[in-house]
Amino acid sequence: MAHIDLGNDLPGIRGPMAYRPETAKPLNELAEALLRDDNNTLSRGERELIGTYVSSLNDCFFCQNVHGSLAQHYLECDMSYIDAIKANPAATVLSDKLKALLSIAASVQKGGRSVTTGQIEKARTLGATDREIHDTVLIAAAFCMYNRYVDGLATWAPQDRQFYVDRAPRRAAEGYLDYDLHK
Amino acid sequence: MPHIEVNNDFAGIRGLMAFRPETAEPLAALAEVLLRDNEGLTRGERELIATRVSYLNDCFYCHNSHGELACLYLDGDRDLVDQVRKDYRHAAISDKLKALLTIASKVQQSGKAVQPEDIAAARQAGATDKDIHDTVLIAAAFCLFNRYVDGLGATTPTDLSTYPARARQVAERGYGSHIYSTAQPVR
Repeated sequence: MAHIDLGNDLPGIRGPMAYRPETAKPLNELAEALLRDDNNTLSRGERELIGTYVSSLNDCFFCQNVHGSLAQHYLECDMSYIDAIKANPAATVLSDKLKALLSIAASVQKGGRSVTTGQIEKARTLGATDREIHDTVLIAAAFCMYNRYVDGLATWAPQDRQFYVDRAPRRAAEGYLDYDLHK
Repeated sequence: MPHIEVNNDFAGIRGLMAFRPETAEPLAALAEVLLRDNEGLTRGERELIATRVSYLNDCFYCHNSHGELACLYLDGDRDLVDQVRKDYRHAAISDKLKALLTIASKVQQSGKAVQPEDIAAARQAGATDKDIHDTVLIAAAFCLFNRYVDGLGATTPTDLSTYPARARQVAERGYGSHIYSTAQPVR
C-alpha cells in the first residue's frame, strides 16, 4: 500500500500522477522530450535502455520493467537480452559508444560528481556528440527522480513481468503526453 | 568548464537549459509547481527541502542557489538556512518541517529508505498527504537537478555574492524560460 492515500489503485508512477496532475504534466513532458521525441540521434530504444539501466541500479522494479519492456519493443529483442544488459552492459554486443554512455549513466546514478572527464572523452572518441552526452546525463538524472518518486511513496507494482511487456506497444504508440492514466 | 560545449556562459543549470530548451521547459515547469505552489507548504519550506537535499548531494550551485531563495523567503535568516542544511533537527523550524526533512533526507539516499514510521511521524506533526507527496517529489527532483548540474560539470560560480541577484530574479518572476534565455542579473 502506498504511503499516502492516492485516491486510486493505479500501479507505479501512474498512482501519484493521477493524484497530482499539476506535477504529472511536466514529468510526462520531460519523459516525452527525453525518451520519445524523434529529433534525436540516439534511438528511442537506446534512450529507453539508459532509463532501464539506471532504474535497475536504483532497484526500482516498476520503472525497470516499464522501460525495459519499451526498450525490448523498440530494439525488437527479448527480455533476456535486456536483463543481460542490466546485469553487465560491457559483456553484451552493444556498440562501444552506447557502452560508454551507459558507463556515464552509471556514474550519474551514484552522483553527478562521479562522472569523470575520462569517461566523457572516451564517449566522445567513440563518436558521441555533446548533445548525446547531455541527454544521457539528463536521462540518468531523471530516472534518479522517477525511481525515488515511485519507491519513496511506496506505490505498488504488478509482479508479473509480462504485464509490462504487454503494455509496451501501447505506450510506444501513444507516447508520454496526454495518455489516459487510467487505461 | 562544463564537460560539453554549451555555447553560453550562464551559471549552473541555466547554461545547460539554454543548451537544450526542449528539456528545459518541462524542468522549469516542474520547479515552478513544486517550489512556488503556495498551497500547503510555503515557498520558504519548499526551498529549504530543496536546499537540504542539494547539500546532501554535495551540489554547491544548487544548495547555494536554493539556500539563497529560502533566505529571501525567511527574511534574510541565513543562519537558519545553514542550520537546516547541516543540522535541521536542532533548527528553529516546526516539528512538521523537521519530519518532512527527515523524509526528504531518506529520499536522497533512495526511495526505498522511506519507512512507514517516517510517514507516521510527519502525519503526527500535522503534515497532510499532499505535503508528504510534495516533499518526496521535491527531494526526488533535486536528485535529478543536482546530478544534471554536476554530471555535466556545469559552470559553478564560487563567489557567493553572485547568488542573491539570481535568487531575487526567481523570487520575483518565477522559474520561467527567462532564467535561461535573457541577460543574467548581476546584482
